[in-house]
Amino acid sequence: MADPSYPDDLKYHAEHDWARIEGDSATFGITWYAQDALGEVVFFDPPEVGAEVSKDQAYTEVESVKAVSDVFAPLSGEITAVNDALGDKPETINEDPYGEGWLVKVKLSDPSEVDSLMDASEYQASLD
Amino acid sequence: MIREADDTLTIFERSKPGRRAFSPPELDVPERPLDELLSPELRRAEAPRLPEVSEPEIVRHYNRLSKRNFDLDTGFYPLGSCTMKHNPKLHERIAALPGHARLHPLQDPHQAQGALELMWRLQEALGEIAGLPHVSLQPSAGSQGELAGVLLTRAYQEDRGERRTKVLTPDTAHGTNPATVTMGGYEVVKVRSDTEGNVDLDDLRAKADEDVACLMLTNPSTLGLFETGIEEIERIVHGVGATLYYDGANLNAIMGICRPGDMGFDIVHFNLHKSFTQPHGGGGPGAGPIAVSERIEPYLPRPQVVRREASTNGAEPFYELDHDRPKSIGRLRGFQGNYGVFVRSYAYICSLGAPGLREASETAVLNANYLLARLRREGVMEYVPVAYERLCMHEFVLSGEPMRRELHIKTLDLAKRLLDHGVHPPTVYFPLIVEEALMVEPTETETKETLDRFAEVVAEILKEAREDPEVARHAPYTTPARRLDEAGAARRPIVRQAM
Amino acid sequence: MTRYTSVTDADRSEMLATIGVSSIEELFADIPAGVRLSRPLSLGQGSSEQEVFEEFRALAARNTSAEDEVSFLGGGMYDHYVPALVDSIILRSEFLTPYTPYQPEISQGGLQAMFEYQTAISELTGLPVSNASVYEGPSAVAAAGYVAKHTNRRKRFVVSRGVHPHARECLRTMAGAWDMEVVEAPLNQGTTELPELTDDVSAVIVQQPNFLGAVEDLETIAKAAHEAGGLAVAACDPLPLALLKTPGESGIDVAVGEGQSLGNRLDFGGPSFGFFAATEALMRRMPGRIAGETKDVDGKRGFVLTLQTREQHIRREKATSNICTAQALNALAGVIYLSWLGRRGVVELVELMLQRTAYARERLTALDGVFGLHDRPVVREFALELDAPVQRVIARCREHGVNPGYPLGRDYPEHENGLLVAITERRTRADIDRLVDALSAAVAAEKPVVGVTR
Repeated sequence: MADPSYPDDLKYHAEHDWARIEGDSATFGITWYAQDALGEVVFFDPPEVGAEVSKDQAYTEVESVKAVSDVFAPLSGEITAVNDALGDKPETINEDPYGEGWLVKVKLSDPSEVDSLMDASEYQASLD
Repeated sequence: MIREADDTLTIFERSKPGRRAFSPPELDVPERPLDELLSPELRRAEAPRLPEVSEPEIVRHYNRLSKRNFDLDTGFYPLGSCTMKHNPKLHERIAALPGHARLHPLQDPHQAQGALELMWRLQEALGEIAGLPHVSLQPSAGSQGELAGVLLTRAYQEDRGERRTKVLTPDTAHGTNPATVTMGGYEVVKVRSDTEGNVDLDDLRAKADEDVACLMLTNPSTLGLFETGIEEIERIVHGVGATLYYDGANLNAIMGICRPGDMGFDIVHFNLHKSFTQPHGGGGPGAGPIAVSERIEPYLPRPQVVRREASTNGAEPFYELDHDRPKSIGRLRGFQGNYGVFVRSYAYICSLGAPGLREASETAVLNANYLLARLRREGVMEYVPVAYERLCMHEFVLSGEPMRRELHIKTLDLAKRLLDHGVHPPTVYFPLIVEEALMVEPTETETKETLDRFAEVVAEILKEAREDPEVARHAPYTTPARRLDEAGAARRPIVRQAM
Repeated sequence: MTRYTSVTDADRSEMLATIGVSSIEELFADIPAGVRLSRPLSLGQGSSEQEVFEEFRALAARNTSAEDEVSFLGGGMYDHYVPALVDSIILRSEFLTPYTPYQPEISQGGLQAMFEYQTAISELTGLPVSNASVYEGPSAVAAAGYVAKHTNRRKRFVVSRGVHPHARECLRTMAGAWDMEVVEAPLNQGTTELPELTDDVSAVIVQQPNFLGAVEDLETIAKAAHEAGGLAVAACDPLPLALLKTPGESGIDVAVGEGQSLGNRLDFGGPSFGFFAATEALMRRMPGRIAGETKDVDGKRGFVLTLQTREQHIRREKATSNICTAQALNALAGVIYLSWLGRRGVVELVELMLQRTAYARERLTALDGVFGLHDRPVVREFALELDAPVQRVIARCREHGVNPGYPLGRDYPEHENGLLVAITERRTRADIDRLVDALSAAVAAEKPVVGVTR
């Protein structure tokens, strides 16, 4: 995806991660800004299903040719699914960061944490 | 179908059953059945699929490959922090003498007196250059020297009943420093640089506490700048009982001018493949001896080369390997170190002597400052300003950030376009604290004409970019390969020939 | 002006003027007076090329090399024949003088050679991923330990007493820094006897063939390591791997080793190279450079350094290793040598050594006062036990121009009169017969008086 984009239906974390909330579950990924800063993604280290993630803590890494970036959990919970398709095609994170480039799905342990995240306009403002 | 003319065919793809380069010596003992000597269940299923090629093919193959390499003997190689100085040809001749080259590492010291004396003399010389009395030649390269330094620090402090947990490294440090700290079992704490490019003394004071085991410092730093506050740094670090470690990557600036030992460093490593002319070999071999102060000596790696004075008058002293070092950190590698490298580096020291080494450093610093001045005169500073406006030592760092903004080419593009001019680019994107960094180290062995030419080429590339940035963005054009898909290589790694 | 610099007095004046200073001294203004050296280094005045050559020739002449005696020394480095084409290729400036290939467009030769080297090591070890070299054999064992530590974060290494003593010491050096324990597995009749493995074992480390020459059963060792949930590491002598069941076939996770015997000189112990090969699962935890195949923008095949995010210059304190400069030129010698041997030649060479070694072992153990230290299968090295003080026996053999091997006493006090004998292809039957005569006479002369048995 060539141009910046920050969908309105997502919540954002200051470490450039997004969350799509679906009831007491959420899908996580990295933002357009994060994938652009990183450059061509070459590897996503998939965490294990069942692992606990904590809000504001790194839960995995994504790599480009010459950089490694921690990926932070915007919310706490337990990983229920991992995007295995990224194993073969990590570049999907660049091509479609909010769609096919999602990283994990999480069952939230404290849905009230959502209140602390930014909406699209707040996040965009934080980038300027 | 691969064409015969394809110059990227591997040696495996040139293989053809039945060809050979090796003819075995005669079997001159009674032959016994293979199964009797090595039963089938101990043997592999099939022979390793090594290439089947004749000698002329091997020679042509590797000669062809060699022509797809750029090298120091062919052109200017101002790769910052790598000290790509001339590798004297004499060194290959003497290293190949059978008395050196075919000497077995487990030979009895009585039959290896020439080698042990050479090592002892190199130890003495390096100790004098470092201003520290004790040297171990064992570490295989700079990063293993660093590891030795961290382990020595631990051994020394634990012997005093201290268990410290952190090691300080400046934000300009080579990646080997923090990697070594972790490998040595410590936590890395980064120290900021100040606006002059020195270690920020306030930040150092704030972070230097009783948990700090060591500060690892490169001086001149990777910015090519001498730490003007080195005396205060020494007071702060030793004040909290930590050791001071000198990363010798940039020693080429100061040989015979000042010495790490006199600055208060406890441990120093040398890169014999940088300041002391061991050819770099496309990624090694090197050697990373260390010099240490009196208080660190008991912990040096085993074994140490020592000289025993003769008990009778007029007899020769005896050189031996001292294994009996109860406080030693132990071994870092096998045998006595990279002896073949010691031969070359000691020959260099003998050739130059004290005046020559000093002149080498003076000329390295002169060449770097001259190149910087020439770049200024070419008017390129508007686009690639020097990161810190000071006299530099043996190297300097430019920032390509204005170039990226104004001319729309990145440091990477400038580097790639230099390749079309037959110049090896400087180190790029390092140190990390300078945006779009270019780190230039010309070394003392280059002529003024070469430096002039480099300045002109940089100016030419920037001029070209003003007219058409696309040229640099797609460079190089004239090299054996053009820009390579590194992302593709990392996503789906192919790391061996498919058979 | 030194002979390796090119700045004339006239150049210097002009350069200083361009810089805008009046003397070289001014360039060093940033160095505080308090740390300046106020005298010349005490190192001599420098010498001509010819004088340096003579001096180094004289030093070389005071060494007894494998050129000067019939040497059966081994113990990790071996006097193999290095073909002339190795020297002729690695002395080419294009291989000898570049730095690490940071700019792939102008380093295709070196990168492709690394790729070929990795392929050859994969073939020898039967493991799919090889890096482009580490320093040398013993430190490679510690490097494998670091991979194991990161893989399973367990507390203990079990290392066979058959692993090279220097390698065991390297591992111990590092284990201390990692707060890990090293437990030694004893040898029984020459091969490793594993203790009961507990679930805190990070890696089991053996050597193939082991330091005493014996061929180990890697398969059983790998199985035991895996059952305990640890990694299986084998330090391998690369030439015997041409015949032996490979680490890959045996279920080993990491194969490392000393590469000197592949086309490198003895050089009193270095530089040589270490190899490091592993399973796919460990690829991203490996130390060192790895070359990979790719394409350039014109679609032409090319090679690059790949998986660099493992390395210190990118991952810094989280790197898989601190290694930077390794042994590229020595590894190049290795792949040239393996290409020279070729698929059939490597087997022929090792079979020749196997036959001559068997001959030597049979003749020597038939001598009065000479015993096999074990009777396990061996390839090109075996251990003896002498019924006489080994150092004195060696001294007597030397009088006849024969260096019979490496005395084991320092490393294996339990074999005070042990002797390790290596038979490379350079040792002919005539040489072996000479060893037999020399050892026979020496042992007879040094043997304790009749009536005292061992």
